[in-house]
Amino acid sequence: MSEHIVSWKVYLVIFVLLMVGTGTTVWAAFQNFGPFNIVIALGIATIKATLVVLYFMHARYSPRRTQLVIVCSVFWLAIMLALTLADYQTRQPRESRLSPSVVSYHA
Amino acid sequence: MRECRVHRTGDLFGQFQTLEQQKETAALGMWIFLATEVLFFGGMFLTYTINRHFYFTAFGIGSNTLDIKLGGFNTVVLILSSLTMAMAVWSAQTGKKKLVTGFLIATLSLGTVFLGVKVIEYKQKFDHHLIPGHGFDMTYRSSHPTPADDPREIAAEKEEVEKAFASDLDTNAHAQLYFSLYFAMTGLHALHMIVGAGLLVWLIKESFRGRFSPQYNTPVEIVGFYWHFVDIVWIYLFPLLYLIDRHR
Repeated sequence: MSEHIVSWKVYLVIFVLLMVGTGTTVWAAFQNFGPFNIVIALGIATIKATLVVLYFMHARYSPRRTQLVIVCSVFWLAIMLALTLADYQTRQPRESRLSPSVVSYHA
Repeated sequence: MRECRVHRTGDLFGQFQTLEQQKETAALGMWIFLATEVLFFGGMFLTYTINRHFYFTAFGIGSNTLDIKLGGFNTVVLILSSLTMAMAVWSAQTGKKKLVTGFLIATLSLGTVFLGVKVIEYKQKFDHHLIPGHGFDMTYRSSHPTPADDPREIAAEKEEVEKAFASDLDTNAHAQLYFSLYFAMTGLHALHMIVGAGLLVWLIKESFRGRFSPQYNTPVEIVGFYWHFVDIVWIYLFPLLYLIDRHR
């Protein structure tokens, strides 16, 4: 069979990288980066998820049509998140929009 | 009983030409299922994001009641179980039949450890009156300390909760939103783990019969996809639920 066999060494390297990512996430959470805390946390999580998909789940060595399904799933997720958040940002009464001043809602 | 005959040569089902084509087809089907799972969990993450924007303070104090040591430990355990799952696939592909069984058992054990730690965490939330419903009280733990609690930690929590109530009178209501989402998201994740554990039991049984070889290892690969997906969900859940507002 001509399928690509990923070596156990590659799996081990990816595991170490995932551990480093986990450590970095915990460290970063205790620093004050202001609004960038969440960006850093989600950024690291996305890098870790990408490593899992590419190597543990063999996406890098999969046929093009499988890769297309993976890209589509992320794209549909992006549509759902972007359009719903845009809705909350623009269609609600002004006081309850996604902004830091919304705490006045029950005053 | 009706007899069901499928044209089949060894592990190769009649509608496929080669084992490789059969495996690629199964993998594609699994990825399509995982695409629906991405959107299923995506809806929960979306609900979380919107509520966290509206009630950031309440979500912050709710998140800080979670035990970061248990959460971090579980993250390591789950990523390690993904490694052993990937190694099981590698063992099958290289024809090491005994190793396949060993790595599958390791994966199942680590998955069980994860669920056990989750039980401990849920129990703590029951003890601290942090289950959404009538008994919910964000101030309960800091006003009812037990001898086992660290007094400094209790004092810090008390101050934090008082500050939250000062800025938001409905802190209890809004913190319940956080805990509802916490239990829904981690519960759904745990349910996926239980299903995965069931699939692993089946794989282990088959591997004892020497079913998985370099020619035929599709079930190990496909269950592996599922297991890694559940790992990815946790990779997002851990920072979003445990690490919202840790810097103070």
